Parts: sequence; structure tokens; C-alpha cells
Amino acid sequence: MNRWTPGIAPERLSADELAANFSDLHPPLDDHEAFVAAGRCYFCHDAPCTAACPTEIDIPMFIREIFSGRPEAAARTIFARNVMGGMCARVCPTETLCEEACVREMAEGKPVEIGRLQRYATDRLMGRNAHPFTRAAPTGHKVAVVGSGPAGLACAHRLAMAGHDVVIFEAREKPGGLNEYGIAAYKTTEGFAQAEVGWLIGIGGIEIRTGTALGRDVTLDDLLDMFDAVFLGMGLAGVNALGIPGEDLAGVEPAVDFIARIRQAKNLTEVPVGRNVVVVGGGMTAIDAAVQAKLLGAEHATIVYRRGPERMGASEYERELAAARGVSIVTNARPVRILGQDRLEEVVFEYTIETPQGRLEGTGETFHLPADQLFKAIGQKLEGVPGGIEIENGKIRVDAAGRTSRERVWAGGDCVAPGEDLTVTATAQGRDAAESIHSFLTGEG
Amino acid sequence: MADLRCNFVGIKSPNPFWLASAPPTDKEYNVRRAFEAGWGGVVWKTLGEDPPIVNVNGPRYGAVHGPDRWLMGLNNIELISDRPLEVNLREIKAVKRDWPDRALVVSLMVPCEEQAWKRILPLVEETGADGIELNFGCPHGMSERGMGSAVGQVPEYVEMVARWCKQNTRMPVIVKLTPNITDIRHPARAAFRGGADAVSLINTINSITGVDLDSFAPEPTIDGKGTHGGYCGPAVKPIALNMVAEIARDEETRGKPISGIGGITTWRDAAEFMALGASSVQVCTAAMTYGFRIVEEMIAGLSDWMDEKGHATLDDIIGKAVPNVTDWQFLNLNHVTKAVIDQDLCIKCGRCYAACEDTSHQAIAMSEDRVFTVKDEECVACNLCVNVCPVEGCITMRTMVPGEVDPRTGAVVSGEYANWTTHPNNPGAGCGTG
Repeated sequence: MNRWTPGIAPERLSADELAANFSDLHPPLDDHEAFVAAGRCYFCHDAPCTAACPTEIDIPMFIREIFSGRPEAAARTIFARNVMGGMCARVCPTETLCEEACVREMAEGKPVEIGRLQRYATDRLMGRNAHPFTRAAPTGHKVAVVGSGPAGLACAHRLAMAGHDVVIFEAREKPGGLNEYGIAAYKTTEGFAQAEVGWLIGIGGIEIRTGTALGRDVTLDDLLDMFDAVFLGMGLAGVNALGIPGEDLAGVEPAVDFIARIRQAKNLTEVPVGRNVVVVGGGMTAIDAAVQAKLLGAEHATIVYRRGPERMGASEYERELAAARGVSIVTNARPVRILGQDRLEEVVFEYTIETPQGRLEGTGETFHLPADQLFKAIGQKLEGVPGGIEIENGKIRVDAAGRTSRERVWAGGDCVAPGEDLTVTATAQGRDAAESIHSFLTGEG
Repeated sequence: MADLRCNFVGIKSPNPFWLASAPPTDKEYNVRRAFEAGWGGVVWKTLGEDPPIVNVNGPRYGAVHGPDRWLMGLNNIELISDRPLEVNLREIKAVKRDWPDRALVVSLMVPCEEQAWKRILPLVEETGADGIELNFGCPHGMSERGMGSAVGQVPEYVEMVARWCKQNTRMPVIVKLTPNITDIRHPARAAFRGGADAVSLINTINSITGVDLDSFAPEPTIDGKGTHGGYCGPAVKPIALNMVAEIARDEETRGKPISGIGGITTWRDAAEFMALGASSVQVCTAAMTYGFRIVEEMIAGLSDWMDEKGHATLDDIIGKAVPNVTDWQFLNLNHVTKAVIDQDLCIKCGRCYAACEDTSHQAIAMSEDRVFTVKDEECVACNLCVNVCPVEGCITMRTMVPGEVDPRTGAVVSGEYANWTTHPNNPGAGCGTG
């Protein structure tokens, strides 16, 4: 173990330090804390928090159920709208959704802790692996779902609940999509994503085929032959490139790969990290990569974003969280060159200004950041879309019900426009597409 | 600096805050510490005849909580002092000797026989105590033995015992009244007819604080059974205020000394009791919840408020609100108000809207962007929106000035006072004139 090892190295910190660093970001509320937190809810009329939730969870009602000593009933209220409520309680940027809308945020700057209360309730029910819903009588209809991320799982669950048989085709080895591979480890500890998948398919009628990729192992035409309907929830498999000299040097890689590596590591002491880490980007992925680099023991982790802080995709809360963990954030600078002999050594950045028209211009002034590792977090892109599906602004075009341009094919999650790259939005889209598919299959739509 | 000195039927104390007869005043240790903390006086927990009573050995208290376990109401099934009479008397004497400037009143409860009172009164007098308070209030345990509220519920007994005491002691006699009665004025009148110097009220209210839904037993529960206990604390304050006011404005008892009791938690509560006619106040639940130190805030708060308002002595505030307590029939029906929502203070919770739309007069409008406004043409000024709003001062009532047109009724607001007794809808209003 040596914190000061040059280059990219594992075991910068002891196993104990790593365990502490990667423990739960927000520890669960205990009964007393939950009771006090729930007592703060005003039970607003037509509640703004619910309106701010992409899945429209009846938040005042579930909090009232917690307050009256019925956390499992609260969980049922949550799951009725959002079957991924357990994960959302952990990863939702509540500070820009329900908690931002909470009237007590306006009143006192201290919203009701909706996210943590949601976790309290959902943990309670999931803790005993109780599945709150029962499946309707089998309909004989079969639906294929491509991708087992939040959109695919939410869609599959709602279809299964209605009595349809669902097969999920998952390209990777484990189900869960970004819940399993894309979320910072300290936001979802102790294998929660897999536990959640196991709990969710407890409804019955869902088969998950992992290691089966659309385009490689199965085609959309195959699926349309075998199934009555198809839902595409494949996410964004590609990563945007920087397009600057030196991008192919060793040590430069997509941030999502680093994040996945940490999530999949059996032992965090085996995950190598640079002594000097640079992350290019301004969204949640950039934050998650930089923060986890620090937590693994990087001496310096710097996020560089090309526009001003107000344009960053990461919320102020997340940026403060990163700053508290020692991450530096540099704004209004863009990478212009990556330097190094055999591998990355430093990155040259140019300061930028944004014109009143929103165009980005370099100022000509540059600076160098030493770097052993550079993570690209400038967005992912859609790849592997089957033919016949219309694309709009780089994403699958869908209507309000999630229908694509192709008959019997629906889509949702990050692969559709407009996607917000949020678990909760993907969940809502998967759920709503399932309702549309159900109407189609039963002739009600 | 306001003068908080209190002279209650000749019993002097440096401030009007006394601890009520209850567990906090059960023994010397507590009372000394209370005086050290600044309490102006105590009413020593009720003495009875030997052999001492016994208490249950299970829970004596039950509670009603608000959010965050705020103790709104407390109930108890404790009886009077369970210590030997001689021990209590010895301690009372010692404390009074060391704290001559504080009020020390002794609460008493003995069987409803003159001899019993004749026996105990000289013993109390010998301690140097300042006065006695007759416990005609306890609603549990003792009442089943013909004491406590069993006496307080029968005005004739109240009068009789008060008279015995006055005839057998030189000490001032305060009669503590039970609220477990239909009309508090009757026992109050009886007490004064019997010669009592003052009344104190309220004692606790018969209550069951809850039911255990696993054992189906009332709480507090002793071995699977429960009984009604005496309820007190902030939840009972409105009941106590009304009863104090009823006595303060009754023709027969108007101006008679009252010691106000019932949920007093802050200086403001105390000031309210005094405004309704109490000339001293007694506190129990607040001390049992927070400890003796709360009296510091009570003293400072009352003093600051009196200074701010220019009230020099307690006499300047005692009874000040009594003339404004009236019967419903005399309320001015020409007084028209409308709710007004301060948009700068509004946090857009919509509780006013839900309350008005679902349960009242559909007089609040809600816009798409959650701006809540009062529909004057529907608003009857019921005040429910004010009461359910989480933000103090956000919704207020505006008084319409004479000459304005009330959009609800279309009538011009009159500056004239007019009440039910003369209202055309009152079948009795025309009697004697038509």
C-alpha cells in the first residue's frame, strides 16, 4: 500500500480506508429518524413533490403511512408508481426533483427528506424480499424487452403484472444496466442492484437472458417473429470522443468503464487509479468518476468542464459533495491536446468563454494539468439501433406512449429522445410503454 | 422592570408562578430545588390521613404526542402523597423556615367529615404554611372513596367542606375545582358561599390516552387493565381558560381570586390566564416535561412583555380580558372580515385550498402555478385557512370598513353594532316590541 506510487496503481489506501470511503453515502434512517422526518411533511394539496417526480409517486401519502407506523404500506404506495423505488431512493438527484419542489425547501431551506424516507420504506419491504404485487392471470401474450436497465425492468414488471410473459435480452453478464454498471459504488452498496432485480422478478413471468445482445445474438426481426411486441431499453452503448491529439494514449478511457470496474470489483484494493486524475465533462458521470478516484486514493482529481458552472449537468449539491471529497472543479476550459510518451502524462487545456449566443470560443490561453489517468465523461451515444427505427437528434424517436416508428416496437430510457439520463425517468418511460403495450395487446389501445 | 410580586389572598410570592400540587411538589428535595430554580411558590402535593394511600406499581402516566413526540397531553393515575403525614409535615416546616419569601400552600384531602378536617388543619397550621388548597378535583382512585372530584362534583359538599375549613383554621383556603362537571360556575359559587378565599382550576380531566391495539387494553395499562386518569398539559389549556373566564365573569363570583391552572407552558400561557382573571398561576406538566428551569423563561418573558406594553404590576393585567368575554348572542354580526393570503409568505403547500375546498366554503382559488387567492364573494371568514396554514402570519383576516360592499352578500358593511338579539331571523327578537 502506497498512496504516493506514481502512475496508475492499485492499493493506494488500505482495505479499511477503502471500506470506509465506499460505505453508504446516505446511511439509512432508523425508526426514530424516520418518524421525525415524516412528521415534517405538510401533506400538501396536489403536492409539488409528486409533480416533480418523473414517476409521480404519491409522496405525501407514503410519508403519512410512515408516520402512522406503516412503512410497508408506504413501500407499496411507492412501488405502485415506481417499481425501481428502492434504487431511485439511492440515486435520484432529489435535490433537483422532489426535494427541490418541497414547500419546506421554500419555507426553511430544509426540505422533507423524501429520498431517505423512500429508502426507509422500500428497504423495509425489500428487506424481507416481500413482493407487494400479484400477477394477473396469464394472457398468453409474449413481449421481448431489450436491455435490463431501469427502463427494461420497469416495463417488464408492469407487463408481467398484467399477465403477459416477458423475456429480457441483456447484452452484459449481469442484469441491471446502469444500475449495476453505471452508478457510483457508494450510492448503491452491498449488491443492491442485483438484489433489486431478484426482488423485482419475484412477480413471476419474467425470464432474463444475459449475454444476449441485440444485433449480435438476436435481431429485431427475430424478436418480432417470436414475440407480440418488443420494447427497446438498450441505453447508450457508445461513448463520445474528445477528438483531440493524444486521445489514444494509454491511460485515457471512458469514465463509464472506470465506474463499472469499481462496481464490479470483488475487492477495491485491486482497482488501480492514477495519482493525478483528470476528468473531462460536467455531468453526474464526471462527478462519480472524480469522486471515486479520490476515494480510491488519487492525490489529485480534477474535473474540467468546458462551460460555466451553471451549465454543468451535475447539481450544485453533487458539486459540493465532490468538493468536500477533495475534487477540484475547473470550469470554462477545454482539452486541446493530450501529451505523453508511451502513456498519458499531461493534458493541455485552453480557457474558453461562452458568447452571448451560447457559442464556445477558446481564449488562446492554455494551462497544463499533470495526469496519469484521464476519464472522458462528455456523454454517451446511441449505438446498434436496428434498421427501420427512426432516429431523432441521435436518439430513438418515440411518441408520448413510447411507440417507435416501427410497428409493435416501443422504446424508453436513455436511448430515446428526450432522455434525461435518470433512473427515475427511464423507469417512468418503461412503465408507461408497458401500459401502451398492454393496451395494444388487449385491444384496448 | 415590571413588578412581578404576587399577593394572592394574602399569600405573597416574588412571582406568580407556582408549582401545582402534583408529583413535582411531593417532597422536600424537589421543592427546595424548585425554589432554587426561581419558582414563586408551590402547592405541596396533597396530604391525606394515615395510613398513607398506596400507588400502583406499573405505569402512572399516559401521553398524547404531537409530531416529534411533542408532549401535548399527559394523563396520570397517581394518587395523593403516599408518604406518611408526619414526614410531609416535617419537611414542609423545614422548607418554609428556609424559604420564607416563597408561597407554600398545602393541598389537603381527607374524608368528607368535619372531624377529619379538624384533625389535620392544626397540624398543617403548625408548619407555618401560608395556606391550604382543598383537593376536590382528583378524578381517579380517591373519588371512588368519596373524596377528590366526588366532592367537587357536588356543590353542596364543596360549600360544606370549605366552611368547615374556614371555621377551623386561620389559613387562607383555596378550593381546587374539578373540570369534570357540566357547569364550573356552580362549584365555584359554592366554594365562595362556604367562605373560601379563592378557587384554583382546573384539576385534571377524566381521560384514556389511548388503547393498545395488540392487548386491547386502555393506556396506561396495568397488568392488562387500565382506568381513566387525569388529563393535563398543553392540550387542556383551552378548556381551562374557558372555565377560568366563566368564573371571572359570573355575576356571583366576579372579581374573586382565582389561581389559574391548565397546560401553562410559557410566559404567554400564564399571561393569558391572568388576563382572564387568574391572579396567580400553577404549573405542572411543563415542569414535568422540561424540568424546573422553565420558570426562568416564564419570569423573564412575562416581565419583558409587561415592560414592552407598559404594565407595571400584575394588577395591571389581571382580568383585563374579562370584559371582552361575552355570550355568542352579543357578538357583532355586522363585523365582516375576509381572509387575505400574503403571497410573499406563502409556501404553496395548498393546505388552505384543500381545507376550504373540501370542508368549507370553496372560497380559495388555486392557479396552475399554485398561487392561492381568496374568493371574497365566497369567503365567510371562518378562519380555517388561517388555522391550517403552516406559516404563521401568512393568512390573516382583514376587517372590511363600513361602506364597503361585502361581495358575498352584496350588502354594504355597516358601522353599527348589531347582534343576534335584534336580528330579524331571531324568532325571539321581536317579542315585546310587536
